[in-house]
Amino acid sequence: MTETAALPRLAVWKFASCDGCQLTLLNCEDELLALTGQIEIAYFPEATRAVVEGPYDVSLVEGSVTTPDDAERIRRVREVSRRLVTIGACATSGGIQALRNFADVEEFRSVVYAHPAYVATLDRSTPISAHVTVDFELRGCPIDKGQLVEVLAAHLQHRRPRVPSYSVCVECKRRGTVCVAVAHGTPCLGPVTQAGCGAICPAYARGCYGCFGPQDTPNTASLADRLRWLGMPEIDVLRVFRTFNAGAEPFRRESARYEEVVP
Amino acid sequence: MTHRLTEGTQVLQVDTLARVEGEGAMRVEVRDGEVTDVELRIYEPPRFFEAFLRGRAWTEPPDITARICGICPVAYQMSSCLAIEAACGVTVPEEIRLMRRLLYCGEWLESHALHIFFLHAPDFLGYQSAIEMARDHRELVERGLRLKKAGNALMTLVGGRAVHPVNVRVGGFYRLPTRSELAALRPALEQGLDEALQTVALVSTFDVPEMEQPYEYLSLRSEHGYPLESGSVVTTGGSAFPVAEFEGHVTEEHVAHSNALHARLHDGDPYVVGPLARYALCSDQLSPLAQEAARAAGLGGECRNPFRSIVVRAVELVHAFDEALRIIGGWNGAPGPAVPVPARAGEGHGATEAPRGLLFHRYRIDDDGTILEAQIVPPTSQNQASIEADLRAFVQPRLHLSHDELTRQCEQAIRNYDPCISCATHFLDLRVDES
Repeated sequence: MTETAALPRLAVWKFASCDGCQLTLLNCEDELLALTGQIEIAYFPEATRAVVEGPYDVSLVEGSVTTPDDAERIRRVREVSRRLVTIGACATSGGIQALRNFADVEEFRSVVYAHPAYVATLDRSTPISAHVTVDFELRGCPIDKGQLVEVLAAHLQHRRPRVPSYSVCVECKRRGTVCVAVAHGTPCLGPVTQAGCGAICPAYARGCYGCFGPQDTPNTASLADRLRWLGMPEIDVLRVFRTFNAGAEPFRRESARYEEVVP
Repeated sequence: MTHRLTEGTQVLQVDTLARVEGEGAMRVEVRDGEVTDVELRIYEPPRFFEAFLRGRAWTEPPDITARICGICPVAYQMSSCLAIEAACGVTVPEEIRLMRRLLYCGEWLESHALHIFFLHAPDFLGYQSAIEMARDHRELVERGLRLKKAGNALMTLVGGRAVHPVNVRVGGFYRLPTRSELAALRPALEQGLDEALQTVALVSTFDVPEMEQPYEYLSLRSEHGYPLESGSVVTTGGSAFPVAEFEGHVTEEHVAHSNALHARLHDGDPYVVGPLARYALCSDQLSPLAQEAARAAGLGGECRNPFRSIVVRAVELVHAFDEALRIIGGWNGAPGPAVPVPARAGEGHGATEAPRGLLFHRYRIDDDGTILEAQIVPPTSQNQASIEADLRAFVQPRLHLSHDELTRQCEQAIRNYDPCISCATHFLDLRVDES
């Protein structure tokens, strides 16, 4: 308890999400105790009952905004946070729950709940950046443990995080994985998806399915043409762009092109 | 708090439950010394999985439903695979079932270690968190981290990564691990088994409040051993039915204070799923080492004190390490990583044992594989009614305690269930109002 007052304060916040990204912090089994010597975990309900009042030096925000209360809460989080870092696909693009953005949320509510009136929800799931200024976005569904440690280390060292925005293809080459699309004709979103996971899927003999969202300069139209050429039906092209990062603009736009042709 | 809990209207309230997965609150209301209302309120926002699964392909639920829960994604993957395979009339070969069981052991290890050491033990030892606990008990917390890491290593090899594994597909896997990759995990699993045994011995010494649950326990029971990836449903009330009849025996109701649906048996009584239920119904199927550890911990044939669920969870850690080592030891490869599951019109049901209890899925699909209807019943929504009943029974004889102490103990009582609120939404919410 002696020096904690001088440590930077970390807060972890949850909005609509699965908890997997904040769990990634607890999954840093080799780094966690060392980290708590460098950073005071001041607010993290999943891990502690203790609440240290803000302001906080770094807030990690998981989840998307889907309720009127949460749209207010994220503004309060911003006010008490010196740096705000979003973690994961929900917080950076709206997550899988952004599939409601393409549908009628009233109808969704009535399908799942017997008394829809008990449930407060917005008609769209939106990323944190749609509501407040975000200082850094960490991608992934879920985020990568190494990248999370890098973001926290960079903060402690007063430098920018080294998190690449190039594609998964670069990671495959680096890993020495044979290209599943070229060699086996396996549909793969690797060329348009941001690196960060370590190109796991191709190493497991499946195509990338886009957990980290669009890379810096994605040519989604060209990739979609290639998927069609490989024999993928139009409905499936629409579906591959409409998963965990369906709300990310390049993926949203590409999926919308197929909306017109799919009955 | 200056006023006594036995006088006038008092409310025990926790707006943000800590050390649970997801967002819930608790409210217990006490009027003139009588508990009048108990609510576990789940305000975790709804995400509408069952609605947007409609129109997706039959091959997609393992990837999509994993995202319901970052702590137990494998449970979602396994239950959805079983349901879709059932709809399509496919049964996977024995080797694939075994590899699923191995992956599931990884999830139990990671999830149980997280709950025992990070979420629950601080209650028994008097800390706000495991991080605070580490100042006095560093070796203990380091042990928890090692156990969790062993589970995550298993998930990472078999599943591709620890959270939202990529390697699971309807029909099996994309790629099976090699014998040498599996053998490389042995040292960590063997050490884990030793440390899990030490964990049972440790948590069995924790002081627990006296409490006895009267509810029916419900779990799977399987010819393939202690229930994880397969089985049919049994209860301590003597019911036994196939998974396909689950919805005929259980009803879900939507109450105003919760975004989780409450499940009850058809006679209207609450029931319990999870470690206590599995232990009561299947302890004979635990590995010999796990059975011996349970006996040494004084568990008996059935454990009805929910505060001792931490002991049962530790026994299940022993079992999961033992089982993982057994599967790896006997692994001789498989003809292929997956079998084809061609789409056909139909309906299928699947249930497996998530770390927190039985997880049920049902899908109805079209002849081209389009999902027409999806139904998911997660463990925490099944436990919600019994959590509330526990609180009611627990608070009444303890009104002499201070407000803060009783509130803290109520939170501990909720954590007995390792509630996963992220899962339970559709599918939880607790406030103690002492009025």
